[in-house]
Amino acid sequence: MNAPLAKEEAFLQFLLRMGDNTLILGHRVSEWCGHAPVLEEDIALANTALDMIGQTQMWLGLAAEVHGPGKSADDLAFLRDAWDFRNVLLVEVPNGDFGRTLMRQFLFDAWHSIQLGRLMKSSDERVAAIAEKASKEVAYHLERSADTVVGLGDGTEESHRRMQEALDYLWPYAGEMFQSDDVDAEMVKAGIAPDPASLREEYDVLVSRILNEATLTIPESRFAHKGGRTGAMHTEHLGHLLTQMQWLQRAYPGAKW
Amino acid sequence: MKNEWPLWEVFIRGQHGMSHRHVGSLHAPDAEMAIKNARDVYTRRNEGVSIWVVEANHIAASSPSDKGPLYEPSESKVYRHPTFFDIPEEVGAM
Repeated sequence: MNAPLAKEEAFLQFLLRMGDNTLILGHRVSEWCGHAPVLEEDIALANTALDMIGQTQMWLGLAAEVHGPGKSADDLAFLRDAWDFRNVLLVEVPNGDFGRTLMRQFLFDAWHSIQLGRLMKSSDERVAAIAEKASKEVAYHLERSADTVVGLGDGTEESHRRMQEALDYLWPYAGEMFQSDDVDAEMVKAGIAPDPASLREEYDVLVSRILNEATLTIPESRFAHKGGRTGAMHTEHLGHLLTQMQWLQRAYPGAKW
Repeated sequence: MKNEWPLWEVFIRGQHGMSHRHVGSLHAPDAEMAIKNARDVYTRRNEGVSIWVVEANHIAASSPSDKGPLYEPSESKVYRHPTFFDIPEEVGAM
């Protein structure tokens, strides 16, 4: 049996999960910069990526504070290795085509918006304040990704096919966002964050409505890849992402500009 | 080729402005996406509080070759400028 988690340690894990989700997805989305199919989408994706990096600064900034002296948000972002990351696997999978990137964004945004809505009522004022600020950005992200999923899903034969393939590929990664463990139990007890499982119903309603409008079919299997948010096992893609994201701080330790 | 999205002209009302001003154009599949794209392309540095978009082909424009008959006649009509009134000091800057 595991020893009970200290509240501080659980709080740190919770903050890393929030911050790592936005950090890794923010980096993934930023990979589109200069490569999106049209200029307008290129700028929109860059805006979204920057919003998420901004949210990361807040979450990991608080995580560094909780962690204690000698750690900064930058240390957490650039000097941890793959096994220390606590993001869900969904956000680290490669972008694929534009459709898959937007489908992943939608599946994440839908969870993110519900999660932030709950966190705005957190017993921890700092968490509530971050959630409040982030929720406005995320409301827009969700509007945009949902619109695009509908536009492409209910679009041409080719765009429909690609979106259905994207959904089939990504759906098994959605379940991890709703898996609860000891960390979550501790956060629920402290009134800091909701039980992830309790978000599922609202998520399913929202996601079904949009995917239905997009004429896409949700796979029946509830099988869920897991291991990201606990850190037990990331996909092989995370390490590759980190070599890109962290190389500057690794090659030139402490470099600033 | 029908793959190109239509062109939209974008008008933004600035934080302190009185009216919408033309800021540029962009491509989008429909009006809703045009507003979203305008938000992302033209208001990312806090430039606006309101966005209008109109499909470019709905704008009727005067022809540059008509500029003689259209504009030159007004050049010699100084009396149309309200510069012949004495403004009382109390009014202040107008």
